[in-house]
Amino acid sequence: MRLRQRFYLAEVLVGLGVTATHFFVNLWRHTARHVFGKKTAPGAVTVQYPEERRPYSPRLRSLHRLVRREDGSPRCVACMMCETVCPAHCIYIVAAEHPNPEIEKYPERFDIDLGKCVFCGYCVEACPEDAIRMDTGILEFSSYSRQGMIYTKETLLALEPAGPDGTPRSPIPIPADRTP
Amino acid sequence: MTATLTDLGIAFGRVAFVMLFVLNMGGLLTWVERKQSALMQDRIGANRASIFGFRLFGLFHPLADAIKMLTKEDFLPARADRALFTLAPFVSVLFALVAFAAIPFGDVLQVRGREVPLQAVTLNAGILYVFAMLSLGVYGVMMAGWASANNYALLGGQRAAALMISAEVAIGASIMGVAMVYGSLDMMEIIRGQGQPLFGWLTWIPAWGICTQPLAFILFLTAGIAATKRIPFDFPEGESEIIGYFVEYSGMKFGMFMMADFVETVVIAGLTTALFLGGWQIPYLAPDGFRFPWGATVSLARPAVVALGVLAFCLKVVIMCWFLMLIRWTLPRFRYDQAMRLGWLGLFPLSILNVVVTGLILVVWRAP
Repeated sequence: MRLRQRFYLAEVLVGLGVTATHFFVNLWRHTARHVFGKKTAPGAVTVQYPEERRPYSPRLRSLHRLVRREDGSPRCVACMMCETVCPAHCIYIVAAEHPNPEIEKYPERFDIDLGKCVFCGYCVEACPEDAIRMDTGILEFSSYSRQGMIYTKETLLALEPAGPDGTPRSPIPIPADRTP
Repeated sequence: MTATLTDLGIAFGRVAFVMLFVLNMGGLLTWVERKQSALMQDRIGANRASIFGFRLFGLFHPLADAIKMLTKEDFLPARADRALFTLAPFVSVLFALVAFAAIPFGDVLQVRGREVPLQAVTLNAGILYVFAMLSLGVYGVMMAGWASANNYALLGGQRAAALMISAEVAIGASIMGVAMVYGSLDMMEIIRGQGQPLFGWLTWIPAWGICTQPLAFILFLTAGIAATKRIPFDFPEGESEIIGYFVEYSGMKFGMFMMADFVETVVIAGLTTALFLGGWQIPYLAPDGFRFPWGATVSLARPAVVALGVLAFCLKVVIMCWFLMLIRWTLPRFRYDQAMRLGWLGLFPLSILNVVVTGLILVVWRAP
């Protein structure tokens, strides 16, 4: 350390200068924007979250949805690929015979336990039919019980992909343990 | 009868002003701490607490804090010393509050033919009183550490006590220089002395303590920050990472320890103002109005001058609080041994040196 730094006081004053400058510059910016209505640089980098949102990346892995066929039935053929690859064991599928002979099976039940899900996206990667995607843009789902975190086939089928800026287009599903 | 009532009213008013000032400042400082740190770090700061949708720049957060702490569980550890455990936060906050009593917040006011010095208690050894009260704060901390029946709390109490003792030695020694320059232990006299112009050709500078005792100012401020146990001297208790003397405290008892820290900040700001920044003095303001060194004069009535003085005192305290907050949000924490070295090998010898040099200069200066 140099002598100046060993004395501590001079360096403290330099540091106080830096923080005081930030204080006064930001104070002026807030005042100028909100009191005088001037267009200055914002006084804070804060995003006021529930009201303001940053656009999500299109690569964001958000709440899953099941892709539908033209007729609205699930594209899923219940091949169990996602259930097998899932490292968190959070997918539960019950397969059933499909009435159409062209399609072998369909999921009678397709439950995702979001309390277990680690959002790795392996299920999306593994799916041979492109039947499951994680592009709803929905991140805020919560429930009062573990049971409420289990999302069923009907809920997942009803979800729409997010808009181009990542804003969700379907409402956040209401968990089973909460009555609207 | 009316005379006694007037006396009672005056006494009550003096105490009430100081109490309300210190307590409100202490409460407001929690808001200042949040907002000022936010501004310094390019953030917005707490602004969510609202009443009927009005947020008022987060000013309701101290209120929300108080409600939260009052309604929380008041936990008593099973093996704690019940009496001491309960007493400790009161002792901490009491001595911090009481210390402000001797600090004058204004000049002498004439009320119905009485001379009323504007301070809570008129003491001719005010400095010693403040110093004594600040030192007694150690007991609250030690009691908390001991009575919690928790080894970590005990160690934290020891650290706090060691820090406060090393700081208070430096505080006492640096105040001595001020007392020597102004020749009194009465805070009122010291402040009055600071209203005089500085010696020689420097008549346009007031003889504030910061001008006559610059070294003592720095030493006092450093030791004062250490006495408040806040960053950069917060190793007795570091909010998120160091277990301190009030680990076992919850609810309002914890709140009182927190309040004691804020009140101590106000007290240190008030002391610095009184001893080094001229107290209620405004430069060039004589008892009958402004007298500028370039000859201009503005006549003012006596009560107006006193009121201006009270305002000046409050403003100076607020600025000092701001400055203490600035330090608190800028500097990193000292290690325990670093703070001890700073206290005993830095501040203490320097303040003794300051006393010796001041004494020598005074002897030479006042020699016939």
